[in-house]
Amino acid sequence: MKALMFGWEFPPHILGGLGTASYGLTRGMAEQHDMELVFVIPKPHGDEDQSFLKIIGACNVPVVWKENDWHHVNQRIGHMMHPDEYFWLRNGIKYNYSRIYTNDLGCIDFSGRYPDNLIEEISNYEAVASVLAHQMQFDIIHSHDWLTYPAGVFAKQITGKPLVVHVHATDFDRSRGQVNPTVYSIEKRGMDAADHIITVSNLTRKIVIEKYHQDPRKITTVHNAVEPLPDAGSFTKTPRRDKVVTFLGRITMQKGPEYFVEAAYRVLQRTDGVRFVMAGSGDMMNAMINLVAKRGIADRFHFTGFLKGRQVHEMLAESDVYIMPSVSEPFGISPLEAMQVGTPTIISKQSGCAEILTHAIKTDYWDIDAMADAIYSIVKYPAMYDSLRNLGRDEVNAIRWYDAGMKVRSIYNSVLHY
Amino acid sequence: MKNICFYFQLHQPLRLKRYRFFDIGQDHYYFDDFQVEDRIRTVVEQAYLPANRTIAEMIRSSNGKFKCAFSISGVVLEQLEQFAPEVIDSFKELAKTHCVEFLAQPYAHSLASVFDAAEFEMQVEMHAAKIHDLFGVTPTAFANSELIYSDEIGELIYKMGYRTALIEEAKHVMGWKSPNYVYSHSYQPKLKLLVRNLKLSEDIYLRFSNPSWTDFPLTAEKYIHWIASSPQEEKIFNLWMGYETFGQLQRFESGIFDFLKAIPYYAMEHQIGFVLPSDAAKKAEPAAALQSPYPISWWGHEKDLSPWNGNDLQHEALQKLYSVGERVRLCQDKPLLHDWLEIQSAEHFRYMSHKDAFGTNYETAYDAFMNYMNVLADFLERVDAQYPTTIDNEELNELLKTINNQAKEIEELETKLKKLKSRKKD
Repeated sequence: MKALMFGWEFPPHILGGLGTASYGLTRGMAEQHDMELVFVIPKPHGDEDQSFLKIIGACNVPVVWKENDWHHVNQRIGHMMHPDEYFWLRNGIKYNYSRIYTNDLGCIDFSGRYPDNLIEEISNYEAVASVLAHQMQFDIIHSHDWLTYPAGVFAKQITGKPLVVHVHATDFDRSRGQVNPTVYSIEKRGMDAADHIITVSNLTRKIVIEKYHQDPRKITTVHNAVEPLPDAGSFTKTPRRDKVVTFLGRITMQKGPEYFVEAAYRVLQRTDGVRFVMAGSGDMMNAMINLVAKRGIADRFHFTGFLKGRQVHEMLAESDVYIMPSVSEPFGISPLEAMQVGTPTIISKQSGCAEILTHAIKTDYWDIDAMADAIYSIVKYPAMYDSLRNLGRDEVNAIRWYDAGMKVRSIYNSVLHY
Repeated sequence: MKNICFYFQLHQPLRLKRYRFFDIGQDHYYFDDFQVEDRIRTVVEQAYLPANRTIAEMIRSSNGKFKCAFSISGVVLEQLEQFAPEVIDSFKELAKTHCVEFLAQPYAHSLASVFDAAEFEMQVEMHAAKIHDLFGVTPTAFANSELIYSDEIGELIYKMGYRTALIEEAKHVMGWKSPNYVYSHSYQPKLKLLVRNLKLSEDIYLRFSNPSWTDFPLTAEKYIHWIASSPQEEKIFNLWMGYETFGQLQRFESGIFDFLKAIPYYAMEHQIGFVLPSDAAKKAEPAAALQSPYPISWWGHEKDLSPWNGNDLQHEALQKLYSVGERVRLCQDKPLLHDWLEIQSAEHFRYMSHKDAFGTNYETAYDAFMNYMNVLADFLERVDAQYPTTIDNEELNELLKTINNQAKEIEELETKLKKLKSRKKD
């Protein structure tokens, strides 16, 4: 079976959880021997791991016919795509996209990020999808997140192949209910056109049913998993006098950073010997610094700024508690990463990952008393720390992408009536 | 002649309220009164009262041939006194028939038998005194909380004067042996052991109303027939369960009360009698000695302590709790001593189990642990406020002795002084 997947991010150059999830899922699915995957992203860097799937960069696919010499093409994009493939794909141009600005090869320059003209970039991505749909052979189309829904829908219209959309997040999660109408309409159109919808948690499934009015029968939850950390043992915890409680993520409304500050304030009223760290950056960072100052806990509350790559795991491993008080989190992969390096975790019940974790403390995001209580008891009682650390690590190591991949496969089979 | 030995256990823990760590040192009341009252009233109305009425009727209609034993924890007796005194009255009525026996157990339904022998002895005595106060009888047979038993515990209760103990049919202790005989302690042959018949007991409390069970529906006729058709030599059938089986685990609509009522008739038809634990043990010669080096209980597949002490959380909580036992017993403060008993109930630890938190009101084992440890932290602070932990127990004992003896000493000295004064006058 061959699946054409549309995505937006792919490691190592990622901006959020979407890239990590796309990688994990495709890697898990590639373990099925009869599964062939083509993954389209706007702008590959050429250093992506292509050992288990084929990556096509939308920025290398011609959408406007331009005459070019083989050697010129080779010189331009040869490090990412074979020139023969370029010429072969060029035969798939069936529509006139000359209104779109293209380069000398007839390709669109994608940023591959989340720029201000995101909506324009999404519709350009649709143009690329039409070329691919006309020229390639595949059995099923799989779109990851709303940015790629229009591309998936267009490919379905052209080929008549079934479309599966994968909801990694909805705009209701990102905006606490204040949805952007343009984004909502793109999401809704994608879901309406889909033959099947995959959600990353039952929480998201519920939103898709209630807010996007989808038929529950065509929605299936496939929980995310986590890639095993090959060097989990190399992250160590420096012994220190103070316990460290960490919040790690974008400091935005969705992640509920203010609840973390308030819980910290509660804990510090009763105990010392605990330090709080807010790692990451975001539009609420300055507000949080102000709040910390207002509560008078700045001497025990630290901001690190944005962390990336290995720093993330190092920070997690150095912490005694990891906390994710998200107001609405479709899945939330970072608690699983914290548990991989043996850090006890507190998550909000409004997080999708709470559905599959037993050995993590779950509280409501607004319940700062419960959160403070949980922090206190983990730093205070070794039994609590050890249980969460050891049982949590065992639990998270048993959650495998292979199983998630098998679930996706069975959805493919049912959609294709195999 | 074959005999059936019925024994019913009554216990309800005091539920803890949501106790946050900011409450430590501020709030010394730990219990959720609303939940406690609600639970005890429910079980009283659904189970205890109708079951007591049924048993009273059975005793009457069988002319005192039907007999059964009860083990009622001190904690639940207090709750009944407060919220459902009519149940105490109805037990007093039953006691007057002399067809029921009240068994001894630790007052708080605690795990003290395993963790704190001195506390255990004190609680058993306390419980016996309470039973005597209420029902005018002193228990002579012993059924530990959750039927926890080991050779060591057996020896303890033997030394306290009990000659009968009730234990669970645990495979690793019984081996191929049948539970339908009387056994004895491994090295105190005078302590007789009665063993629960697991299969027949479970048939009632676990499977009675389960339609997918092959023997469903269970009738008294069928049930007595099973007992009657057992080998001649098997004389005693120990059917033991929680009292909430009647009306709560097995609903009234399932016909459990009618089943119970019909048992004496069919039993008499087959010449099967009823016996109380103490009498059963007195009459019979032990068939063999049972060895139980490790504690067994009547819960789970493993029949061990793992539901209460199976993970790190439970281990830590129990260690912390019983580390102050000796110190608490030196205290005189009544509310403190009362709370000490209540927070020892085995259920508090059961709720911290990852695999088997039966009856829990917490969402997770961690939640149960956090709440309990907050309560315990406050309790430990109170103990510390009475007698600072900086003084060790021995030293404290000496000081207390001095203080307690002070009055006597002053009196003595005063009389001496008077004598001397009067002599001086002369």
